[in-house]
Amino acid sequence: MSSPESPAGREQAIIRCESVYKIFGHNAGHLLRTSHGVVDSKKFLEAGLVVGVNDVSLEVYEGELLVIMGLSGSGKSTLLRCISRLTDATAGKIFVEGLDLLTLNHRQLIELRRNKMGMVFQNFGLLPHKTVLENIAFPLQVKGNSTRDSVRRAMEMVHLVGLDGRENYFPRELSGGQQQRVGIARSLAVEPDIWFLDEPFSALDPLIRKEMQDEFLRLQGVLGKTILFVTHDFDEALRLADRIAIMKDGVVEQLDTPANIVLNPATEYVRRFTEDVPREKVLRVESVMDPLDESETLGDLKVPKDAIIESVAEEILGQERPVAVVDSDDVVVGTLHSSHVLRVLFGGRSGQAGQS
Amino acid sequence: MGFLTRHLKIVQFAVLLAAFFLLCLVISPSESNYLWRLPPLLQQLPSLINDSVRYLMFDWMPVKVYDPVIEDYEEKPLFREMTRAVSGAFLLVINFVREIFLGGNKTVVAFTSWDFINEHPWARWPALPWTVITGWAIILGYKLQGRGLALLAGVCTTFIAVFGQWKPSMETLSFVLIAAPVSVVLGLVLGIWAYKSRIVETTLNPLLNVAQTMPHYSYLVPVIVLFGVGDHAAAIATIVFATPPMVRLTLLGLKKVPADVVDSGMMSGCNALQLMFRVLIPTARRDILIGVNQVVMQCLAMTVIAAFIGAQGLGSNLMIALNSLRVGTGIEIGVCIVLIAVVLDKMSLAWANKQTDYFVDLPFVQRNRYGLLALAVFLAGSVLAYIGSLLFRDGFNYLYIIPHNKGITTAPFWQVTVDWIWDTFFYTLKNFNEFLITSILVPMKDMYLGMPVAATFLLMMGTGYILAGLRSALMIGGFLLFIALSEYWDRALITAYMASFSVVVSAFIGITLGSLCAQSVVASRVILLVCDFLQTFPSFIYLIPVIMLFGITDTSVIIASIVYATVPATRYTVEGLRSVPPVLHDAGSMLGVSRLQRWISIELPLAFPHIMLGVNQTVIFALFMVIIGAFIGTTDLGQLILKAISDPQGTGIGLTLGLCVAFIGLAVDQIIRTWANERKKALDLN
Repeated sequence: MSSPESPAGREQAIIRCESVYKIFGHNAGHLLRTSHGVVDSKKFLEAGLVVGVNDVSLEVYEGELLVIMGLSGSGKSTLLRCISRLTDATAGKIFVEGLDLLTLNHRQLIELRRNKMGMVFQNFGLLPHKTVLENIAFPLQVKGNSTRDSVRRAMEMVHLVGLDGRENYFPRELSGGQQQRVGIARSLAVEPDIWFLDEPFSALDPLIRKEMQDEFLRLQGVLGKTILFVTHDFDEALRLADRIAIMKDGVVEQLDTPANIVLNPATEYVRRFTEDVPREKVLRVESVMDPLDESETLGDLKVPKDAIIESVAEEILGQERPVAVVDSDDVVVGTLHSSHVLRVLFGGRSGQAGQS
Repeated sequence: MGFLTRHLKIVQFAVLLAAFFLLCLVISPSESNYLWRLPPLLQQLPSLINDSVRYLMFDWMPVKVYDPVIEDYEEKPLFREMTRAVSGAFLLVINFVREIFLGGNKTVVAFTSWDFINEHPWARWPALPWTVITGWAIILGYKLQGRGLALLAGVCTTFIAVFGQWKPSMETLSFVLIAAPVSVVLGLVLGIWAYKSRIVETTLNPLLNVAQTMPHYSYLVPVIVLFGVGDHAAAIATIVFATPPMVRLTLLGLKKVPADVVDSGMMSGCNALQLMFRVLIPTARRDILIGVNQVVMQCLAMTVIAAFIGAQGLGSNLMIALNSLRVGTGIEIGVCIVLIAVVLDKMSLAWANKQTDYFVDLPFVQRNRYGLLALAVFLAGSVLAYIGSLLFRDGFNYLYIIPHNKGITTAPFWQVTVDWIWDTFFYTLKNFNEFLITSILVPMKDMYLGMPVAATFLLMMGTGYILAGLRSALMIGGFLLFIALSEYWDRALITAYMASFSVVVSAFIGITLGSLCAQSVVASRVILLVCDFLQTFPSFIYLIPVIMLFGITDTSVIIASIVYATVPATRYTVEGLRSVPPVLHDAGSMLGVSRLQRWISIELPLAFPHIMLGVNQTVIFALFMVIIGAFIGTTDLGQLILKAISDPQGTGIGLTLGLCVAFIGLAVDQIIRTWANERKKALDLN
């Protein structure tokens, strides 16, 4: 899995949004122009307009997994639909691989979708009259590929998502988890560079959801797509994301790495989400380590700087001396005291001391 | 004050009724009093329509057409040529299908000449032996649903063949097989267009409303003028009548496709055509096929009525039988129509409910087993027919086609039964008949006719306002105004009196019966099945038994429409009561309500909107039946429409009368539907 480097470390923004607005209702464009970009959703609501996305600017880098998190009505799905141009943004610019999405004509848009984009939907969106194999082959056939090629490629996809043996089933004969595997396979069939997932696991049972998240991480490890992932589940966002954009009322409240969001919530709204988050499950070693102090004698244990604290906590707590933190080239970049780990695990949570 | 606000509607009604009766008393009946009757300002409308149609047909846009008979070009009006071309095309295909079933030479003639036929006797198209068609029906039934439907199809086709109704039945079937596909395609195209464009949807909606509430008869007249008389004209009238439900169900189905499926189609890179034909339509398959089912049923409902303008087949035979009071023959033909309707209904429903199968990996024989089976049946049937021709050397080949009236006939039996009923119950029926007419119907009719027009407007618009709001009240006013300004107000009142009497009785019987049956799961299932079965009967069929019992009187019409209109009232009541969530039953039981209390305070209020929709259907059904009843002699709008068919000036009159009937229906529909929807919203149902 890719590591959470700072955005500046990346070369190219695959998706770039500049002041994107989406306002539903009659005459939205006009009202937006007269308000000079300052949108007060309450005032607009009085005028009979619903503000879906309000002045959102963000970039998604190559190979990055950006999660858009928000409660229902926060505009997260609307933003995704603007970026996939399932709806047209009211104002702003959206670039996909340098192409100005909003200027594309119908044919160019179809070309883009046929070759560059794949999307997974909350309620799967499978075609009820087609088998698993036919569903997965559908985007290829729509493109005009020969049946033989499409079926061969679709079989590869069936294998990739682990549905071997069920390729001739109909969606109605599959469980929710299996249906979403078909949805995933279909979205990947054209080998898109950009992968959109709109609450893909929200309609599934908690246990299946966990299983599908693991599966998703495995796939992403193999494929390394540029991903926009929408969810209302903060835990899911923390588990999957390289970076998270938290949305409320159409506005991005904070856009940062999971660790930074947990450690430094930008607004009160974000802080309320992070309150109950078990930090050891989110934070990585590097976010709590001390700078390297030459005078200290370090223990024999070395932990990688991008390890999740939970995974190394037991080892570190068993050490008397500070532990060396190393980067991917095995160079020591910092130290970690067990007392620090303890503070991360139990500190700052006096409110729930009785429970933990 | 508290009472006033709490029972606002009741108070409003009381005031309304008081005002209504006051107006009735005050306004004196006289021709010059506009409060009594409005002047017939729309009197010119029929002739206006006639003139424009005639202009369109005979004078508009003359074009030069080559006439092979006189071997020269001739000036002919464009529109007339167009309708002639359409008629010709329809006639050709109907004959073609008919000759596949029954044999003949018209299709061959169409492409060659009569001389060719006379010189080459072999060029005559042979009929399919009835055994082959029976076999095919069985195979189709089996493929669509399984053994049950196969058995039903086999029994029905064999019955028709054995009882000597094969030829007219196949004529009727060939007519349905042309009219239904055309309606389906037309409905599909319009439905898709309405789905694509809001403007089309909003313009189409009122047109469909009118088309669905216009009585069947009124389509016939303009069709005669435009297309002449014959099977093709009947097919065209049927198509006009059968297309609206298809449009509606196509639109409904397309709108019901989940947003995720549409989005996934878009993101798969579909263009507009691919999205429509590979994503939307297949996903909406079930609703669209229910539409096909509706079309088929409408086509069958029209077969009898279409006989008025020359459709051959069971319908015209039934008409002749009823006209000459041969009730026995009528029953026999009626049974055949019902059998065809039931089989086609079940088959098209089975098709709609059938899931797509998967074939790809199967060997050729497996994949095409039904096709191969059909081929085998064809060969076996042909061989049988050949053997038959050797067996029945002199006379009729019973293995080929059992000729009309040469099969077993039950007509004498029915005739004897009818005679027996007449002999035994003559006085009972006569007394009942007289009682109904003299003590209920005639006074009611006089009461309706004694209403001043102003009072009628007040009552209807006021009811509309109280129950459904100002908008509805204004629309009702518009509908009534049209009728009041035409010269048919009195006739419309007679129609209204017959329909409303049937509606009251039907609704009472239906709601009572429905409520009783809804108390038990088994009973509700049985009654719904019965309703299903009764609804497949073409409306005309209901007239046969009542003529049998009451002869040709107003009573017959009213009884027929009561029976016919009770079906939807019962069905909707059962459905409404059964759909009350079980959790509310449980909650009620835990609160300790008795069964009666539960019915009154929980089930009825919740089921009320659905029951009202049933009553709405009852009104439409009753109106239809009252109009159809004109066939056996009434004095209302229907009778005039029937007369218009044989009138050269009939188009305008027929259309105006049809609109009058439609507007009565739409006015009631407007009140009840809006009211029911409001109640639904208030109760937070769907």
